[in-house]
Amino acid sequence: MTNPIADMEKAEVILLTGTNTTENHPVIAAYIKRAVQFKGTKLIVVDPRRIKMAAFAEQWLRPYPGTDVAWLNGLMHVIIKENLHDKEFIANRCEDFEALAKSVEAFTPEYVQNLTGIPAQDLIQAARLYAGAKVASIVYCMGITQHVSGTDNVKALANLAMLCGHLGVEGGGVNPLRGQNNVQGACDMGGLPNVFTGYQPVTDGANVKKMEEAWQVTGLSTKVGLTVTEMIPKAHSGEIKALYIVGENPLISDADVNHVEKSIAHLDFLVVQDIFMTETAQMAHVVLPSLCFAEKDGTFSNTERKVQRIRKAVDGPGSAKTDWEIICAISRKMGYAMNYASSREIFEEIARVTPSYGGITYERIEHEGLHWPCPTKDHPGTKILHTAQFTRGKGKFHAIAFVPPAEKTDAEYPLILTTGRVLYHYHTGTMTRKSEGLNERAPECFIEMAKADAEKYGVKAGAVATIASRRGEIKAKVKISETAVAGTVFLPFHFVEASANKLTNAALDPISKIPEFKVCAVKVLA
Amino acid sequence: MSKNRIQLMLCGGTGCHSTGSKKFEKALQQELEAKGLAEEIKIVETGCNGFCAVGPVMLVQPEGIFYQKLKVEDVPYLVEEHFLKGRPVKKFFFVEQKNKATIPHMNDIPFFSNQVYRAMRNKGVIDPEVIDEYIAREGYFGAAKALNEMTPEQVVEQIKISQLRGRGGAGFPTGMKWAFAAASPGEEKYVLCNADEGDPGAFMDRSILESDPHAVLEGMIIAARAINARQGYIYCRTEYQLAIRRLDIAIRQAKEYGLLGENILGSGFSFNIDIYQGAGAFVCGEETALMRSIEGKRGMPRPRPPFPAHKGLWDKPTILNNVETLANIPQIIIKGGAWYASIGTEKSKGTKVFALSGDVNNIGLVEVPMGLPIRKLIYDIGGGIPGGKKFKAVQLGGPSGGCIPEHKLDTPIDYEEITKVGAIMGSGGAIVMDENTCMVDMARFFMDFIQDESCGKCTPCREGTRRMLELLEKICHGEGQDGDIQSLEALAEVIGQSALCGLGQTAANPVLSTLRFFREEYETHIKEKVCPAKRCVALLKFEVNPEMCKKCGLCFKACPSEAIAWKKKEVAVIDKSKCVKCMSCFDKCKFDAIF
Amino acid sequence: MNKPNIIVINGQEYLFTPGETILTVARRNNVDIPTLCHMKNATPTGACRMCVVEVQGARSLMAACTVPAGPNMVVRTESELIAKARRMIIELMLTSGNHEDCLVCPATGDCRLQELAYKYQIKAGRFPKTKSRYDLEAVNPFIIRNFSKCLACGRCVQACNEVQVNTAIDFGYRGARTKIITKGDRTLKDSDCVFCGECIQVCPVGALIPKDAYKKARICDTKSVRSTCTYCGVGCQVNLHVKNNEVQHITGRGDAAPNFGSLCVKGRFGFDFIAAKERLKTPLIKENGAFREASWDEAIGLVAERLSAIKAKHGADSLGVLTSARISNEENYVVQKFARAVLKTNNVDHCARL
Repeated sequence: MTNPIADMEKAEVILLTGTNTTENHPVIAAYIKRAVQFKGTKLIVVDPRRIKMAAFAEQWLRPYPGTDVAWLNGLMHVIIKENLHDKEFIANRCEDFEALAKSVEAFTPEYVQNLTGIPAQDLIQAARLYAGAKVASIVYCMGITQHVSGTDNVKALANLAMLCGHLGVEGGGVNPLRGQNNVQGACDMGGLPNVFTGYQPVTDGANVKKMEEAWQVTGLSTKVGLTVTEMIPKAHSGEIKALYIVGENPLISDADVNHVEKSIAHLDFLVVQDIFMTETAQMAHVVLPSLCFAEKDGTFSNTERKVQRIRKAVDGPGSAKTDWEIICAISRKMGYAMNYASSREIFEEIARVTPSYGGITYERIEHEGLHWPCPTKDHPGTKILHTAQFTRGKGKFHAIAFVPPAEKTDAEYPLILTTGRVLYHYHTGTMTRKSEGLNERAPECFIEMAKADAEKYGVKAGAVATIASRRGEIKAKVKISETAVAGTVFLPFHFVEASANKLTNAALDPISKIPEFKVCAVKVLA
Repeated sequence: MSKNRIQLMLCGGTGCHSTGSKKFEKALQQELEAKGLAEEIKIVETGCNGFCAVGPVMLVQPEGIFYQKLKVEDVPYLVEEHFLKGRPVKKFFFVEQKNKATIPHMNDIPFFSNQVYRAMRNKGVIDPEVIDEYIAREGYFGAAKALNEMTPEQVVEQIKISQLRGRGGAGFPTGMKWAFAAASPGEEKYVLCNADEGDPGAFMDRSILESDPHAVLEGMIIAARAINARQGYIYCRTEYQLAIRRLDIAIRQAKEYGLLGENILGSGFSFNIDIYQGAGAFVCGEETALMRSIEGKRGMPRPRPPFPAHKGLWDKPTILNNVETLANIPQIIIKGGAWYASIGTEKSKGTKVFALSGDVNNIGLVEVPMGLPIRKLIYDIGGGIPGGKKFKAVQLGGPSGGCIPEHKLDTPIDYEEITKVGAIMGSGGAIVMDENTCMVDMARFFMDFIQDESCGKCTPCREGTRRMLELLEKICHGEGQDGDIQSLEALAEVIGQSALCGLGQTAANPVLSTLRFFREEYETHIKEKVCPAKRCVALLKFEVNPEMCKKCGLCFKACPSEAIAWKKKEVAVIDKSKCVKCMSCFDKCKFDAIF
Repeated sequence: MNKPNIIVINGQEYLFTPGETILTVARRNNVDIPTLCHMKNATPTGACRMCVVEVQGARSLMAACTVPAGPNMVVRTESELIAKARRMIIELMLTSGNHEDCLVCPATGDCRLQELAYKYQIKAGRFPKTKSRYDLEAVNPFIIRNFSKCLACGRCVQACNEVQVNTAIDFGYRGARTKIITKGDRTLKDSDCVFCGECIQVCPVGALIPKDAYKKARICDTKSVRSTCTYCGVGCQVNLHVKNNEVQHITGRGDAAPNFGSLCVKGRFGFDFIAAKERLKTPLIKENGAFREASWDEAIGLVAERLSAIKAKHGADSLGVLTSARISNEENYVVQKFARAVLKTNNVDHCARL
């Protein structure tokens, strides 16, 4: 997020898209609901489903799934045409405005209506609302990113924010909601194939040299590595021989899991380090027991870039160890002396090699976390990004072309499937499905569909139906809901016994390599 | 305004409706037609005449003959005698209780002759469903003057000069309230009319709305002009169906005449009024709860400040006036504030409407000048206590008020004076109680009402009134103990000091005031387990005192369960195994022989 | 006419900002005024009346939590009348339901009524104990509603409507029958409730308690360890309440961003997994298609040996490491360092995209 969570209550307008906030980020949803209810904030919700937040919205726009660039370009078309853009901000802080203006020229409200189904007048009204606000925030989640056009979607959102000067100010910004407790931290820590900690590219010789010195090694690879969505197919094709998986369950979470399973079966060696015997761990050659958040010290970085402490409260079960202790032991066995006395010592090393974490210490975050970038010990942390300039200097407008979803519906697979989470479960259910209470509230998978579709395809509420894509099929109970729009069905992906990702399409965004979880073609049979 | 020789002003208030005025009207109309009189004699259904005790009532104009207790079967005789032969019918005249004298003319009847009509100046005189009749009596002249000849400041000034005070109960100066709201910044402001009358025995607002709805609308228009509001709401309890229907008609007619809506009377000023029907919760008469209710929320008071003049309905500056207050406004604007202030006491000007009820001969709605001793209200206008019984007390101000005993009856009707004797002016409920009333039981009744109607938000009111009710019930059941009175007083003090809203703060008043004047009755209940007024069933033996029994047999005849044995010239005997403790014998015995 | 923004409390002059309540000014200056229904993050309702104070010129006591400070306002926070009112209010609350079973109440030690009763030394007794008109509700997996302990203070209503904005509950009925109800007075499980448990957290007594409260240690008997929630990326600050090496409860940290006490159903109630019997306790090695337990030495030796062998045979880039969005920064750092410095590959990623 470019702005802290608390800023939500300071926005005049919030554009919320691709996030089912009340179910996935309930506490942030509360911020937004409070803003709307008590602070006069106007909410624009853009989502194909009638999510709960729509009830709080001034305007709810309902695009066809996978058409985000179209309506975003449409908004910008209206804003430029009606001269509502922030000329001063654009002149001082941005470049390539002309290219953007040209790229959105064709996206008239009528054209956008054809592509997205959003009535032209609604689009115009939303454009005026967002551009007319003194400060407006954009809030999004996986509904924006999990598309083949995911990167484009995000760039289009950034374009929109820059166009109206809603960046670098309190209450504004472009704010992705991160779905996992430390997904921000995993990225910050260099858990990515192209960067070291703090997004220092592995292809930059200076960075490599710095790391080699810090780690006392030579010969670090300068070649960008593979993403998870690339490693899996390469396991299938034999280029990847061994995988070491820490705390992940790709057998449930990845797209087209039938294929994932076959790929993993091809591996010569699979190590899984986890707190439970997950579906993925079942396939491992070696399983190593680790400790959960309540059993260790450390830090998480949340969605607003705030580094916060976790603390050991209880001892772990059996002989389970922290992930870092296990990895250190293996390193030592492999001849590299990785020795730390505590997580604090590791953190001190992180601070030394990571400019954006350079000023953060356990002492400083004892009571209240710090937002990175925090380069020095006396730096207060950075709640709002891009206040004076962008990371690269001037903000670059990207001309974005509309690319439709990778998979289209046809006579055999006439419905669009979109997937996500429900309030009562978390990701692959490894943790939440151990809770009797959560299971009672959300015991099983369901196919959420509109009444019209249920009638059309002859399925009844509460009855078990088959839902199939070109890659697989599962069975689940039909839930007829006002949330769904005719033509689109929704599946939660938590449930191994009815794994939604048997159906999803592994087509990737060309840059971020995100699979298109949010759109694939399916059919529903009684 | 009519060509008719005679107009029959037949009361069409809720009270007379319930005693059969509608059937009577139909029969009368048919008879007039049958006799060929329909052209020259016109029946006008008016709003509440006020003299509800003797309904259905009818005033024959222009003669001014007042008929009471009319029945369908009397129609032919009445028409024949009065309207054909010109001989007013004595048997329908008012009969004075004291000397049994019949009084033919309305203006000679003490009930009417002692009243001064301002808020009720049109009651019984016009057809409330015909705007022209209202206009014919200076209707909307005040609004026209306020809109076209006066600035908002001048309007507020006149109200200030009139010294009119809120007739809903608290008596806050209306002019000041308006001045606050007028000075509050904001484009959006509201004028509200509180017609959520909820006190037991009160029907002032209902009667005014039924008899003269336009006066209230006009008052609201003037108020809107004063504070520059564009929207008004009348919050009326849904049980008042006749009032709501007449308001509906009045609003529609006013709109047709350009007296409501856009650009009223060409002044450029626009104002609309809608009716909001409340579900009848007592607490919704409290201003902040009323506003929340209009907002569609649960009617619960919120703390003040902020006061509604700054943050009221939807947090916008709002004035809330009671029906009677608003009905006074048009005349003040027409005749000037000084005219209004010309009657009354130093701090209480003008008139006050009361709903007389209980143990009083002339039950009904009356309007009297401020300063009138309460004794006159009860004896001259109310006609005294029926059945030769003795007066005991009058409860003013409903559940928030207090009782005034015999020795304080000369207290003048004046906000401060009434407060001094432990009651409040209130909205105008006046419940008269005779010697057969047990004051502990009366306090228990009001506490039961308050406990039931407490919104439940604040601890002192919700829990405190429950405890007080428990104690009162205990005392009435003969289970009172030493210390109970002290507990009642301690609770009353804390509730009065710390409850959230006005209703809560005054909830203990009936107990405090009965303790003040009738403490010995509490003590007798507690110490001797006796109810002096013989009302608390648990404290009665249901036996006949042979020394006092005059052997008349009235009790025997009244007993519904054949529990009383009696023979001529013998003392009655009650068989307790058959007695159902219905109190019928107590009510009938004239000699106080049953205990 | 700009009057200075000075209020006098107990004879001391204090500066205030217009809009601040008497309570806010008093608290800032360490003047103690007892409260029960007051919540920092919701509109004050003035319901419980514990905070009544004397304001010069007012005809009755005023609730410090709702009355704005005014210029030249003179306030007393302690007097005989105030003490009388507070004592009576506590007594009324104590007798308003079942508040005499502290020995077996889960809220003991974490109960505002208990604290106040202790402070003012109030015992119930003058008034008869009233039985609750409403039965205990426990037909949902998370929250017990014990109406016999409900003070109708409205904190849960504020929490639901103003903090979480789920609008699932409100006041219902009237007078002594007052009950906090869902729409249509249904049970929570058939209402708009999403079981965030904000209401439990703000309940000043034991009227709202976690479903398994009776099987767990009381909060007052636990040690509280501050941490960060392990579910989504919001990073809610939590207290883990520990006893007997087990997390007994999780509550939100009221004093810390970003959640200021709020949590969701998963964060508050979904921690069974920590002590789940299915937790992995020892390294496992697969032999002939089945796992067997192994020592750490053996397991680590095997992993090191196999990874070294594959690296030697197929090159470093035949190895891949998936680190995790679930583990700590320190662990992620160590994992990627392991991939890069030990395995010598940049094939390291995690499920950020999933």
